[in-house]
Amino acid sequence: MQGNIACAEGALAAGCRFFGGYPITPSTEVAEHMAKMMPKVGGVFIQMEDEIASISSIIGASWTGVKAMTATSGPGFSLMMENIGYAAITETPIVIINVQRGGPSTGQPTMSAQGDMMQCRFGSHGDFSIIALTPSTVQEMYELTVKAFNLAEEFRCPVFLMSDETIGHMRERIEIPDSVDVVNRKELEKGKLPYETDADNPVPGFPTFGHGHRVHVTGLTHDARGYPDTTNHKTHSDLVRRLVGKVESKRHEIADYDIAGTDAEIVFLTYGPATRTVRQIMKDSPDLKIGHINLRIVWPFPENVLKEFPNAKVFIVPEMNMGQIGREVARHTPVKVVYLPKLGGDMHTPQDLMEAYDREKALIGGGN
Amino acid sequence: MPSVSEWYRADRMPHIFCTGCGNGTVLNCTLQAASDMGWEIDDTVFVSGIGCSSRASGYTAADSLHTTHGRALAFATGVKMAHPEFNVVVFTGDGDLSAIGGNHFIHACRRNIDMTVICMNNMIYGMTGGQGSPCTPRGAFSTTTPYGAQEPTFDLAELAVAAGANYVSRWTTYHVKQLTDSIKTGMETPGLSFIETMSQCPTSYGRKNKLRQPLDMIEYLRDHSILISKKRRLEAEGKVIPDTTFAVGEFVRRSRPVMGLKR
Repeated sequence: MQGNIACAEGALAAGCRFFGGYPITPSTEVAEHMAKMMPKVGGVFIQMEDEIASISSIIGASWTGVKAMTATSGPGFSLMMENIGYAAITETPIVIINVQRGGPSTGQPTMSAQGDMMQCRFGSHGDFSIIALTPSTVQEMYELTVKAFNLAEEFRCPVFLMSDETIGHMRERIEIPDSVDVVNRKELEKGKLPYETDADNPVPGFPTFGHGHRVHVTGLTHDARGYPDTTNHKTHSDLVRRLVGKVESKRHEIADYDIAGTDAEIVFLTYGPATRTVRQIMKDSPDLKIGHINLRIVWPFPENVLKEFPNAKVFIVPEMNMGQIGREVARHTPVKVVYLPKLGGDMHTPQDLMEAYDREKALIGGGN
Repeated sequence: MPSVSEWYRADRMPHIFCTGCGNGTVLNCTLQAASDMGWEIDDTVFVSGIGCSSRASGYTAADSLHTTHGRALAFATGVKMAHPEFNVVVFTGDGDLSAIGGNHFIHACRRNIDMTVICMNNMIYGMTGGQGSPCTPRGAFSTTTPYGAQEPTFDLAELAVAAGANYVSRWTTYHVKQLTDSIKTGMETPGLSFIETMSQCPTSYGRKNKLRQPLDMIEYLRDHSILISKKRRLEAEGKVIPDTTFAVGEFVRRSRPVMGLKR
């Protein structure tokens, strides 16, 4: 099965019943599969006039209580920034698939990249937090899409599947389980205000349209009633701190990664395609001491994973960008961080990684 | 059946509209029409974009979605397609709908989604202090047209007709009875209904164009409107119609294929 199709199948299994999208390479197969499948499951597929409309439509659909998703790539992702912020401030559960390609601008439509990792975190104006998942296999395109929907419901924020052309267009054998664990919308309790929260419960219940809550939803700074309150310093500060805190304070629970070779001095930190390359060199050279962190969730960044490598003298971060997550790694550790950018559309080869390993090994010195 | 006053969200009063603003009139006519329709508040969703007009959604008692600039129709498309049982009403303005939201406007009309779109056209960007819009008449003054507007304007009703909406009308805040009836007709008509309301903005438009008093602006709207039937007759007779006038009345009522009908 192709990665993009696995993603669409995962969404359907998670209960997605509204897809609004716009054709763009290399994500189009997600939309095509949704167009085919939605009528069969009683859902809605709609091809919108652009990506701004696509994300608008899924936010509107989500307020009717439906699980909703869109899929795009760089240029469309840039257009979506406006309403990613709207989904964040209104706390609308939505899932956005970004099958990344080379940028900036139209860039390399058919080639792979990971250049939107910072954009998904910080691309829309203002302060808020999001969750971003990074599959490195077709199986994970399925599993992490299911997980993306569950996290969107749990945290009421935009959740991104930050895939790339390599994994999106890859074909692998996958196992689709008979059923998956699904988190459903948690309805607002009657008598509670729409955005009423406390320190222990920073995510409010959801006042679904048509359920009698008579909620007013606005992108303006709002109080617990949902009413605009745009010049009160405390209202704004409390809201923004909660939007950030509800995700960041749970980052260690949200964290999803696997690690290997925890006693190594040289540690690769990867997400997406480079994970496969690290696994290949570890398989090719079982005698070498290679540490590896594979992140399945990049945002919120799980900095505690770095402490799992007490002997680490260098973290090598191969990315298909100029070092976006590498910079985040460097922010959290006194250990040396080596950026290993790969641009142009190809994934890292085992040779790329072995050269970096040997170079760092020589600098560290000592035996293996 | 809820009365007009029940359709208002009382704890949101007082509203932010300036003294003499026409938007309250349009809101009142809309809620009167909703009440006349016998709609239930909990079956209705109001969607709006950004600008003075779009604050109207927050003054209704129903579920309401105050969205981003220009995008109201795209959000409303998601609401209505995901849940066709809702009555969906969109409030928008001339800048919101025809400038930043122009693409969504023509595509919503083309899809002919079953909802009612009410545009409060005050010919100006009121919320930001009176800048020219695509509907600012040629020669009119605004803070960004200090020498008089030079650009040709959009005719929003004709645009909606061309793009495919099933029901299109234009009235003014002077024509309260006709406006209310027209909104109700729009709500009754399957498909996208577009009701353009020429609305006065004495604060931002009037002060720059010698129409400071609300009544002066309402009289201006009355005096410059011409019934569409009369306009078409004059056109057929080859008569010259002053380009400072605008047509009012029902532009189209038809039954093109519709999306998002109640199941």
